[in-house]
Amino acid sequence: MTQMTFARAINSGLRKSLENDPKVILMGEDIGTLGGVFRVTDGLQKDFGTHRVVDTPLAESAIMGTAVGLAYRGYRPVVEIQFDGFIYPAFDQIVSQVAKLHYRTQGAVKMPITIRVPFGGGIGSPEHHSESPEAYFTHTSGLRVVSVSNPQDAHTVIQQAILSDDPVLYFEPKRRYHDKGEVDEGIDPRTALPMDSARVVTEGTDVTLVAYGPLVKTAKDAATAAADEGISIEVIDLRSLAPVDYATVEASVRKTGRLVVTHEAGQSGGLGAEVAASITERCFYHLETAPVRITGFDIPYPYSKLEMHHLPGLDRILDGVDRALGRPNSLSGLEG
Amino acid sequence: MSTDRNLIQLVTPAGERISHPEFDPWVKDIGDEQLCSLYEDLTVIRRIDVEATALQRQGELGLWPPLLGQEAAQVGSGRALRDDDFVFSSYRENGVAYCRGVDLTDITRVWRGTASSGWDPYSVNMATPQIIIGAQTLHATGYAMGIQNDGADSVAVTYFGDGATSEGDVNEAMVFAASFQAPVVFFCSNNHWAISEPVRLQSHIQIADRATGFGIPSLRVDGNDVLAVMAATRVALDRARHGGGPTFIEAVTYRMGPHTTADDPTRYRDANELEDWAAKDPILRIKALLERKGLLTDQVQQHVHDKAESVAREIRSGCIGMPDPEPMDIFKHVYSEPNSWLDRQQDHYARYLASFGDPAGATSEEGAR
Ligand SMILES: Cc1ncc(C[n+]2csc(CCOP(=O)(O)OP(=O)(O)O)c2C)c(N)n1
Repeated sequence: MTQMTFARAINSGLRKSLENDPKVILMGEDIGTLGGVFRVTDGLQKDFGTHRVVDTPLAESAIMGTAVGLAYRGYRPVVEIQFDGFIYPAFDQIVSQVAKLHYRTQGAVKMPITIRVPFGGGIGSPEHHSESPEAYFTHTSGLRVVSVSNPQDAHTVIQQAILSDDPVLYFEPKRRYHDKGEVDEGIDPRTALPMDSARVVTEGTDVTLVAYGPLVKTAKDAATAAADEGISIEVIDLRSLAPVDYATVEASVRKTGRLVVTHEAGQSGGLGAEVAASITERCFYHLETAPVRITGFDIPYPYSKLEMHHLPGLDRILDGVDRALGRPNSLSGLEG
Repeated sequence: MSTDRNLIQLVTPAGERISHPEFDPWVKDIGDEQLCSLYEDLTVIRRIDVEATALQRQGELGLWPPLLGQEAAQVGSGRALRDDDFVFSSYRENGVAYCRGVDLTDITRVWRGTASSGWDPYSVNMATPQIIIGAQTLHATGYAMGIQNDGADSVAVTYFGDGATSEGDVNEAMVFAASFQAPVVFFCSNNHWAISEPVRLQSHIQIADRATGFGIPSLRVDGNDVLAVMAATRVALDRARHGGGPTFIEAVTYRMGPHTTADDPTRYRDANELEDWAAKDPILRIKALLERKGLLTDQVQQHVHDKAESVAREIRSGCIGMPDPEPMDIFKHVYSEPNSWLDRQQDHYARYLASFGDPAGATSEEGAR
């Protein structure tokens, strides 16, 4: 076990993948000499060369489109999108090509492409640098979407994503890059918990609180704070956003009878809606109250002075927990 | 491979005015007074940049993209524009914004994080700066198509970097501009770097030659020579005003500072390269020219210095004195007409904030309970 930051843990996972498979190739803007704007790829070009770790021209559609060509040729490209808001020039290649080629060719062509996206807010950046675009991709069939919340998962899941024969969007919570944690680099990604499984982070009996990526830490903190008030929260880290591991969430809700889902992305049409609806379908008779969503608002990501109002913080999550429990809360007395 | 086109230059790095029969006529109105005024602009813009960088280091701005070294490209072109021309720029054209008359406090607004747009674009005929690389070139082309339809003789001008020329948007903008012969000027500030990536990674030929392939005439100008940039921009504007369609200008310059205050250029850039370019500094050059002409009097120096200092004070006090936005402001202007989903969220959030009995509510991650 080694203490390392989130960013370092991804770096180490990428390094293992590069070592284990000569077909793995990293591509992106500034990932070589600079080591990426977040230094996630630091040192990799030096050790693996410019053919394995490629600084590309500034063109996201081209990065993604050439990754498709490389995949046709048997490579396993790992592309870095510099910031969440810059994925849109590549959107067409991702949803029209990367996602659909396996289906269109009846399985003849595989697209084992991993798309690394630093996402989410809370770092005081200008516009287009703090977005949570995951729902666009969870809505697209053919893509797998994951988001990691701690260094160990970051390390293991990046390797699983690269090993997967399907295209995987790997959302990295950029505000957690510097968080440290224990990482066992010896864990075999093939036998570790599969990347499409959710994980119970904190066990509890009163409310199920579902989170992923940057908000898992906030959810854990909320559970700790709630425990002081005698409320027992079970925190689930979804890890996989498409497909969602409903079995794990379902088992928890059957136990607690209450569901709160939280994410930074806007509410309408977001993943919280999907989880709430699916759990309602599956556990209707076990639910004591309607599921509660604590999310970002349906607004463009706001300027940094106000971003903490948009992002679900501990208090907003606890307010949602109060709603689920029928305790006094900010919406007490309101219908619906 | 590269056609190695020579730079249009009117003033050498040593400050010597050299003649250029084709471009001299375009700046023949620039007399002693105007030269001093250009020197003032360059100095003021550098001072703004230094002050904003300091404000960022002091935690007053979240981020700042310095333009150190690119002053002449911005002033030479910015001062060539007419008020009714319309600018679509990237995030680095604060010097152009100054030339357009943008309020100095407004320049810092976005970087302080109190607004998404620092000014009303129509008040200065300059769009809100673009962060998505290259997107603004399409907007300029569309705006130019509008000018064309209206039968007006104004011009849309778009600024972008060398890296931006790799993006699809910029290439598509050139296709449209050429196809419709739109009155648009593509102004590429080739500052040699796109964050850590050198210009040679973006283009195998000189950037100016890219436009030729789209059927757009191009000029390659010494971007550290304010007079030459002005002349080239005037040529391009004149062509556009008179139905000659788009022109592409490559201003060859150098980003002497970091990409943004978050960047560390020592990781990817050779110090010698910086030294070479420091010798071509756009301000030293015009200063030397003024000196040769005997125009750099104590009086001029004092005036320019005072002006720069007062602008710096103004930007500092404007920035620091900017009130923080109100929490509920985040819901403003998402739509121009009511939206029931958002109305509900806004109402709920207002109730949430009120539940703390404190309008600021609890907004930290740690929480207040
Ligand atoms: C679509 C998109 N991709 C990536 C980025 C991140 N990014 C910001 S500036 C920059 C480099 C831009 O270089 P260049 O176009 O040469 O302009 P310069 O910054 O040198 O003025 C990059 C990659 C972005 N803002 N937008």
